[in-house]
Amino acid sequence: MMTADTHRTIETVWKIEAPRLIAGLARMLRDVGQAEDLAQEALVVALERWPTDGVPDNPGAWLMTTAKRRAIDQLRHNRMRDDKQAALEYELETEAMAHAPDHADALDDDIGDDLLRLIFTACHPALTRDMQVALTLRMLGGLTTPEIARAFLVPEPTVAQRIVRAKRTLAEKRVPFEVPRGEDLAPRLAAVLEVIYLIFNEGYTATAGEDWARPALCEEAMRLGRVLAGLAPREPEVHGLVALMEIQASRLHARTAADGTPILLLDQDRSRWDRLLSRRGLASLERAEQLDGADGNYALQAAIAACHVRALHAKDTDWARIASLYARLAKVAPSPVVELNRAVAVSMAEGPEAGLQLVDALQKERALAGYHLLPSVRGDLLFKLGRLDEARSEFERAATLTGNARESELLRQRAAACTDQ
Amino acid sequence: MRVLVIVKASEESEAGGMPDAKELAEMGKFNEKLVEAGVMLMGEGLRPSSKGARVRFEGKQRTVIDGPFAETRELIAGFWLWQVRSMEEAIEWIKRAPLFDGGMEIELRPVAEMDDFGDAATPEVREHEASLRERIAKA
Repeated sequence: MMTADTHRTIETVWKIEAPRLIAGLARMLRDVGQAEDLAQEALVVALERWPTDGVPDNPGAWLMTTAKRRAIDQLRHNRMRDDKQAALEYELETEAMAHAPDHADALDDDIGDDLLRLIFTACHPALTRDMQVALTLRMLGGLTTPEIARAFLVPEPTVAQRIVRAKRTLAEKRVPFEVPRGEDLAPRLAAVLEVIYLIFNEGYTATAGEDWARPALCEEAMRLGRVLAGLAPREPEVHGLVALMEIQASRLHARTAADGTPILLLDQDRSRWDRLLSRRGLASLERAEQLDGADGNYALQAAIAACHVRALHAKDTDWARIASLYARLAKVAPSPVVELNRAVAVSMAEGPEAGLQLVDALQKERALAGYHLLPSVRGDLLFKLGRLDEARSEFERAATLTGNARESELLRQRAAACTDQ
Repeated sequence: MRVLVIVKASEESEAGGMPDAKELAEMGKFNEKLVEAGVMLMGEGLRPSSKGARVRFEGKQRTVIDGPFAETRELIAGFWLWQVRSMEEAIEWIKRAPLFDGGMEIELRPVAEMDDFGDAATPEVREHEASLRERIAKA
């Protein structure tokens, strides 16, 4: 086999094996950073040996054995300096494992728990959001530092530094390698879901002419979501998030025209929606609802997205249901932006007058001051009601508030249209 | 990216032979790994070609040919649809599949996205496609 091919194989094997490798090592060492370093060292050894020795039959097990041997060496070394009893116990446990048959299968029963621990550790609240994202992609996605940097459009040293700092923080704060229990679980799970959804949105909101890595981020986030759903199948919000991501991703290719202009939901060519993804999304939503999670934050957002997916044509959209889902969402996750969305749904279901009443109630909302969509939506409703002078001034205000040149231009055109009539 | 993984038929699969308990268990385990890794989108096994049919198009004529079909190695016994990051990843996964008998062959093909068809896919074609898929989804 040619060396270049072997290198690609190694990279691929790495992407598949890295999470299991790091998770298994972290359990033995009780130190995620050290586990990641050891896994990387095993990768370096593979890069040295496989091109000449050939790729082993079970490359995952090979990497694990190599990393474990190094782990044992390190533990021995640590004991020389510091013979805490705990270290000795770990060593014994580790030695026993290292001598067990070198089949990854032998560890399969535990590895799921280890992966779950790894996800919770990577998204630990001791870390900043940037660190959580970088560490999650690195340890659970097997992405390299340059890949993460390219995906997030930040310089490589920035990502490298985030990872180093994250590992250091975990070690310094002695963050335990465990799945949170009891009342800790809900907020910690919410943090994990936020990280995954953030990765998804980073890919989803990328503008036209994007780097390949951006849509790939959506796929990566969906993959992480599916992995998590397999590890924590009883958690309805995990399924809710998977549903939300898959349904949104089903519209990914319909969201921009060939020239990169964004296409609004109601104007999209629905034949370009990906039916396999939306069907999977609907199935995940059903699972969330079966687990009594219908009123979860993500499940509700997924249910709203599902209303659009179920309508073959824009005119078939069940706006009354969307409006009621937004009302439920406002209870779970109160936010003026949700209220604004509800107002739009109500206006579609019951007419512009009903929507306008809700929008007017938001006028004093401080969080929305400076938010261009408020005057933009209000202008649209006033326009539909024939109150053109008021509509024009709203559109003009919205045009000055948006930071997006293309959108500003569109709003000015709408303002001008109010005068023409 | 998505990859269609095509499992070619064997004499055994064409004879309608079902995998034994051990083989089923191993395959189940492999599928579980695919699901756990977030790779598996769908996968199905097919009945032998003796249960199938072909329809030949010649001009305006349509001829129905009932199975079985002779050229075993050209037939398919099953398929998976995977989401992976590269063809290499799909190949790496299939190497781990517990596919037993000698001479078995698996074909991996990247799925063409709608956009790959370019201008050939007019809005009308797409609309039609969507309504069909919708009806399939509801069925």
